[in-house]
Amino acid sequence: MNWSKIISPRVQAIPPSGIRKFFDLASEVDNVISLGVGEPDFVTPWHIREAAFYSLEQGDTMYTSNYGLLELREEIANLLKRDYKLEYSPKNQILVTVGVSEALDLALRALLKEGEEVLLPEPCYVSYEPSALLAGGKVVRIKTRAEDNFKLRAKDLREAITPKSKVLVLCYPSNPTGATMDKADLEEIAEVVKEHNLIVLSDEIYSRLTYEGEHTSFATLEGMKKRTILFNGFSKAYAMTGWRVGYVAAPEEILQAMMKIHQYTMLCAPIVSQKAALEAVRNGDKEVEKMVKSYNQRRRVIVKGLNEIGLECFKPKGSFYVFPSIKSTGLSSEEFAERLLKEEGVVVIPGNVFGESGEGFIRCSYASSLDNIYEALKRIGRFVDKL
Amino acid sequence: MRDDILDLLKNNSKLSHEQIATMLDLSVEEVENEIVQLEKKNIIVKYSTLIDWDKTNKELVSALIDVKVTPERDFGFDAVAKRIYKFPEVSSVHLMSGGYDLSVQVEGRTMKEVALFVAEKLSTIEHVQSTATHFMLKTYKKDGVIFKGETKPAERLVVSP
Ligand SMILES: Cc1ncc(COP(=O)(O)O)c(C=O)c1O
Repeated sequence: MNWSKIISPRVQAIPPSGIRKFFDLASEVDNVISLGVGEPDFVTPWHIREAAFYSLEQGDTMYTSNYGLLELREEIANLLKRDYKLEYSPKNQILVTVGVSEALDLALRALLKEGEEVLLPEPCYVSYEPSALLAGGKVVRIKTRAEDNFKLRAKDLREAITPKSKVLVLCYPSNPTGATMDKADLEEIAEVVKEHNLIVLSDEIYSRLTYEGEHTSFATLEGMKKRTILFNGFSKAYAMTGWRVGYVAAPEEILQAMMKIHQYTMLCAPIVSQKAALEAVRNGDKEVEKMVKSYNQRRRVIVKGLNEIGLECFKPKGSFYVFPSIKSTGLSSEEFAERLLKEEGVVVIPGNVFGESGEGFIRCSYASSLDNIYEALKRIGRFVDKL
Repeated sequence: MRDDILDLLKNNSKLSHEQIATMLDLSVEEVENEIVQLEKKNIIVKYSTLIDWDKTNKELVSALIDVKVTPERDFGFDAVAKRIYKFPEVSSVHLMSGGYDLSVQVEGRTMKEVALFVAEKLSTIEHVQSTATHFMLKTYKKDGVIFKGETKPAERLVVSP
């Protein structure tokens, strides 16, 4: 059978994952230390796991409402009100999804007509482009720069806009750069969004992992709530990646459209995960604070260490990634990452997999134990010295 | 700052002053001065190591002893506690609320040794009214640290987006 004639060209057009390659490479090397992991190194806090045991014991094994458990939506609404003074109705403006991943896919599918453009400030999270393409959209990438600490400039956004521009994806704090945008930065973006009538997908999954200043939720900016789809979840803040639960808050009309897809393709997020998430929003703050404190300490260690090695990086204010420049070594990002892995057994992700403007950089995750970070820094230092 | 330094050291007393300074965004001098103060004031009492003795061949038996005391004027709990904690066999002593007064941990090489110590030395102390000895059979968690058994959680993928 000639599968290339059978499989959808839309799927075939999606290039293989650049991250996957490093996964395979790493499996061939012994004694690997990984700074390539995009998830917390904490296990989900015990009280949340315990809530899940009780839930199972009680027999919570059914489907829930397509929207998700009402109780959970109510708690999410409370959280958004408490943290950002944002008002969303738990009845029809909040949808519980199988992670932010599903929610992003729903939004893009609900919004895009064939060939409409999605503006992607890059370097960015690797799922945005494939999701947009699979939804029939066209991707327009916008470069950001190290000298701006990888913030999006309003001017660059403006220049990328065409009559087909429809959606702007924002992700702050950022995966992979750790960049954040404060209120003033975002206001300039909001200006352009209004001018060009864009819809903003604001992926704020790292919002709780903000170490300096306060996270500004995009929907809080004047006039933006009605054109913003807000994504957040439990994976990063509560160390719950494997539970597959997240949520989206948006104006009713778009939420209903997303809900239409969700009800047929997913039905609902797993009930046990929703019960665990309920415990997380209700009682998770103390554990979140502990984890944030610990990430923050490691952030300072890794930023200092990398700069001392000569891999220049700014001190990112959010998420758990640093994005140092490796330009001084003369190697490309891929060469650097591949050789570092083969010669010293340290996994980092080459910056170019997050977009062209990530070339010359690597992503290092500090969601790894302090001992690992020190050992990785030692090995990276040795590697750079002998180049 | 003080609590943050103590929290870090409590977890890992091997951290250097430089490491602590980086982790807390302080200068090395600040950290050094603070630690000197903490040591001087005996807030930091000692730097020790948490050991899972069950994994070694060392013969070590621990018991918790509930001690009831009849305190008298001019001879209170503190004085009785002192009589007790001076023995090197005693590893900790706490004054308790509730059904008994002092909780005493005693260590020895064998159960017999510990039991004899209680019978001969502890219960004969003046004002000690009664003792109840509980031998510890297994340590699951100590000082906030779980002593790991056989089962391990799933490992994270080495690389993820
Ligand atoms: C920026 C960003 N968005 C979304 C996700 C996916 O999150 P979830 O686990 O909620 O699907 C990730 C996970 O790495 C991410 O980094």
